[in-house]
Amino acid sequence: MITTSGLTKVYQSRGREVTALDGVDLHVREGEVFGVIGQSGAGKSSLIRCVNLLERPTSGTVTVDGVDLTALAGRGRRAGKELREARSRIGMVFQHFNLLSSRTVQANVELPLEILGTPARERSRKALELLDLVGLADKAKAYPGQLSGGQKQRVGIARALAGDPKVLLSDEATSALDPETTRSILQLLRDLNQRLGLTVLLITHEMDVVKTVCDSAALMKRGRIVESGTVAELLATPGSELAEELFPLTGAAGGPDRTVVDVTFHGDAATRPVISQLSRTYNIDISILGAAMDTVGGRQVGRMRIELPGRYEDNVVPVGFLREQGLQVEPVDAAGPDLDTEIAELVKEGAK
Amino acid sequence: MTWSEMQPLLTQGTYDTLYMVLWSTLVTVLGGLPVGILLVLTDKGGLLQNRPLNKALGVVVNIGRSLPFIILLIALIPVTTAVVGTFIGPTAMIVPLAIGAIPFFARLVETAVREVDHGLVEAVESMGGGVPTIVGKVLLPQALPSLVAAVTTTLITLVGYSAMAGAVGGEGLGSKAVTYGFQRFETGFMLATVAILIALVTVIQLIGDGAVRLLARRGRTA
Repeated sequence: MITTSGLTKVYQSRGREVTALDGVDLHVREGEVFGVIGQSGAGKSSLIRCVNLLERPTSGTVTVDGVDLTALAGRGRRAGKELREARSRIGMVFQHFNLLSSRTVQANVELPLEILGTPARERSRKALELLDLVGLADKAKAYPGQLSGGQKQRVGIARALAGDPKVLLSDEATSALDPETTRSILQLLRDLNQRLGLTVLLITHEMDVVKTVCDSAALMKRGRIVESGTVAELLATPGSELAEELFPLTGAAGGPDRTVVDVTFHGDAATRPVISQLSRTYNIDISILGAAMDTVGGRQVGRMRIELPGRYEDNVVPVGFLREQGLQVEPVDAAGPDLDTEIAELVKEGAK
Repeated sequence: MTWSEMQPLLTQGTYDTLYMVLWSTLVTVLGGLPVGILLVLTDKGGLLQNRPLNKALGVVVNIGRSLPFIILLIALIPVTTAVVGTFIGPTAMIVPLAIGAIPFFARLVETAVREVDHGLVEAVESMGGGVPTIVGKVLLPQALPSLVAAVTTTLITLVGYSAMAGAVGGEGLGSKAVTYGFQRFETGFMLATVAILIALVTVIQLIGDGAVRLLARRGRTA
């Protein structure tokens, strides 16, 4: 649905060049919720703004619903007619809502329809229908200044849907909201995704957002996509940073003659009592050092760090048993993976 | 000078002043609004970025603003004569008054429009809105309270300018004050014109402030 290839964005700032996007290849499938996560300055904001060409990429292409937007861009800052038409089929919601304080809620939702040239009666009908969809039917005549943050974002979402888009871009839509409101907005996005078959591309710096609504995710660092895939795939990837972030585990071995492994569950395996089966089958004592289970994209997934008696070499059979059950098993080094990578980072820094 | 002698002069003067001020304000708004908006749009990073045009407009506006009004009045006599056919009388005064106030108002418009949150412009761009839509549906409505305040300030400035215009063949309270109050040493008459001017300015400011408050209140409370 959304494909970017070799997307690069270089900003000129006081004679210096800053590369915000460095050859980003992204593929968002139709009907999925795709989350791009990264710290501020990682380039995610540039990425989403390049998707509807609010920001002109320096090079590379953006294709949305089969239309190559970069080909429509033309030169200069001003958007041509074709690009404006293409944009009207892509909804966008913003961190700071960007509602017009001079218009009522209903008039805000009607704005995209005014741009599309929809007749007044049809505009009003559609706006009220959308406000009903986002649960704000009773606020149609209110002004944005009278609404709470969560309500404002609902209006933002209703407005983004006015042009019947197939794609919704969400630029940190929940970052200005409290955790509870965030949850209800994410729930709404998920709902719209399922009811309308809407493809959602969202960017966020909150891991929880990815966990709550995303089918797929990508991790961005310094203008590049470092990891990308469905959440299940990411969890199944050994050493995946996203999996580690989504389900952080801590705990070290209690002694030299013990083995610590991280077990990743997803799909069916998550619901079966594998650990107790393992314990009974091989008559071994298992300690659980840490565990994180959650529902990601509607599926039960999780990770668990367990400790088995004996060295890793002694535990080939139990580990084999777990793998047979369709689980991902990764041994954890005595020093812990976190420390290792930290040392590696320090060595790299020192080398510079 | 008795009150019955003063009264027709003051009435006529007030009428002429209002006539000059209101018409020149109308022309100023029509002329200054596009200039102010263009100053924002053509600026660096603006929707219609055009550095040469922006610089040229800026220079013209600055020249207009730096000329003392009394000099402008005299310098514009040929222009006024060409447009109105004479340079004397209240109608003729509309030309220099408007030309003097347009650069001033344009700067006020520029400041007001610049204050509109860029996120709103971006939101409308993301909906596929073009520049006319952005100006008409975002910049002007969102800046409306500031624009009304700018019109109020311009009206008051023009009351001051129009009094000055009285010295160079215009009519109105300024002209009456010079002719009767100053040249005939009628202190009472002079004080009366001053009182009317103060009242006029106060009323304009009150109405303007009221309108701004009314517009700004939208959306704040129920």
